[in-house]
Amino acid sequence: MNDIPALAKRKTRLPVGTLAVLGLFILILGLTMGGVINKYIQSVLMFIGINIIFSASLNIVNGYMGEFACGHGGFMAVGAYVSSVLSVILFSPNDFTGEPLLPPGSAVILFPLVIIVGGLVAAVFGLLVAIPSFKTRDDYLAIITIAANFIIVTLINNIEAVGGSRGFMGMKKTLRAMEGVIDLPYMIIWIFVFVVLTVVVIRRVMNSTFGKGISSIRYDEISAEIMSVNTNHMKLVAFMLSSGLAGIAGGLFAHVMGFVNPASFNIFKSTEGLVMVYLGGMGSLSGSVLSAVLFTLMLEALRPLQILKWVIIPLMLILLMQFRPEGLLGNRELTDVFPALKRILGRGTGSGAGKSSGGGNAVSGAPAEEGFNG
Amino acid sequence: MAETLLEIKDLTHRFGGLTAVSNLNFDIKKGEIVGLIGPNGAGKTTVFNLVSGFYVPSEGDVLYKGERINGLKPHQIASRQIGRTFQNIRLWSDMTVLDNIKISQHYRLGYGLWDALLHNRKYKEREKELERVARELLEEFQLADLADEMPKNLPYGVQRRVEIARALSLQPDLLMLDEPAAGLSSADVVELIHYIRWIKENFDLTIWMIEHQMQVIMTLCSRIKVIDFGRELMTGTPDEVQSNPEVIKAYLGEGEI
Repeated sequence: MNDIPALAKRKTRLPVGTLAVLGLFILILGLTMGGVINKYIQSVLMFIGINIIFSASLNIVNGYMGEFACGHGGFMAVGAYVSSVLSVILFSPNDFTGEPLLPPGSAVILFPLVIIVGGLVAAVFGLLVAIPSFKTRDDYLAIITIAANFIIVTLINNIEAVGGSRGFMGMKKTLRAMEGVIDLPYMIIWIFVFVVLTVVVIRRVMNSTFGKGISSIRYDEISAEIMSVNTNHMKLVAFMLSSGLAGIAGGLFAHVMGFVNPASFNIFKSTEGLVMVYLGGMGSLSGSVLSAVLFTLMLEALRPLQILKWVIIPLMLILLMQFRPEGLLGNRELTDVFPALKRILGRGTGSGAGKSSGGGNAVSGAPAEEGFNG
Repeated sequence: MAETLLEIKDLTHRFGGLTAVSNLNFDIKKGEIVGLIGPNGAGKTTVFNLVSGFYVPSEGDVLYKGERINGLKPHQIASRQIGRTFQNIRLWSDMTVLDNIKISQHYRLGYGLWDALLHNRKYKEREKELERVARELLEEFQLADLADEMPKNLPYGVQRRVEIARALSLQPDLLMLDEPAAGLSSADVVELIHYIRWIKENFDLTIWMIEHQMQVIMTLCSRIKVIDFGRELMTGTPDEVQSNPEVIKAYLGEGEI
């Protein structure tokens, strides 16, 4: 079918990666539906998934492109609110339209679309940083991203229709409507699907010559321009893809929680994203996945310490920067560190998913998000 | 006379109050190797930056194959097939040599974001083609063994060759070399001269170079433009340039000869 050596090899192999993902999916689904894992563990698994999407998407800009975006939480907020409002208007009685616009049962089919629309709107908000990035770089751009985060959170704070600082709720009704049609653990399913999609999308884009144009900016932007890479276009793609995926993470988060408030998406949330990206390694997709798993579990393990964990986690970050500034994996992938993995998985879409299996096996903990609300 | 490839007309550039380049005119014919020399700070690299689009000229025009290119972005100028190297090597030092060459074909990728996402036929065919062209080029430059190496791990002289190979992956008609001999040993310089001759013939190029190594300039160039303080001192053959008192004065300073 094709002859690029790397790609050709994969075709001749068993799709081990794909099978592994499928196996993991069935395992988690089975454990959940069989009642083997309780609500707490389920929620930890879901937050691991959301954090994987959040950190992997931030890695596009901070890792692959080498800019320092620190307002990622803002885009998550956009996705969360847009999909929440949509979800409420479409599928349940509400203050905006009174009756739901669609029969609630249709959520079974339309729910992923609602999440994707949240992501698309978040991608448009990504322009808020993408356009300044044409002319601004490094520290100055970092400041702009913080500003964008504040703008978004403050805007939401002041929109009374979505509850202002009190927050917005009602998304659980959508889930209940879905469960009324067929009783399935929808959030687990969709988070899993979107995690796989995110990993596949980022892999495909970043491994293509097109996407490597984004990485070329990181190593030398002037060189990139002179070698015919349209850097503005690349930045647009990187920021919009990054913020769009964050928006998807936000939509999923909102539906898991059943409640969102602006404070969940302030600079603390963005900082969490940074910690995960730098823990995993800049420009390493498997690093982001791995660190999202570790970080979520760590937050849970440190839960008994309450607010003290926000002393311990930054402290760990300081130690990390001192002794291993490149993060767990540097800019390598798991398959580079363990060549055996490569042999098993081929170079297909599977290897990304193989990493997320770490998330599935890891058990203990609870919602990462509650960390700073308390 | 061969057709004109690059035409610079009354090119002037000011940085604030400083006039870095003033009223420069230059025609480069197809198939020539021409030089641009001048003392440090004469504005040579500024001229290159004006032509390759990093600066927009304050006045004057740059025409490439008859088309006005000043005001275009560097990547647009690159995609019109003008290749360029830098005084200090600017490879993507942490990406493989092969990737360096592949990415430099960005203007003729032939597919977009969606094709990459879908891994469709167009994507696969184009990626295959990009890879083939890149490997062929490396083969020609006898760099094929280094395809998977990071440039940062290569010796300086080899990096220079990789950088030139990368510039050629734009399939340029005009190649601009900014001090290709900078930092090379005298043995490497001799090799570089052969190398530049070879790429010119092999790739049917027109070459415009800035160089301080007189050996390189005098051996290779058929015409040389000398500038000082952003102004043209003279344009002539290597012999004419070497014997021109103005040029000697500019390089060595007045009153010392």
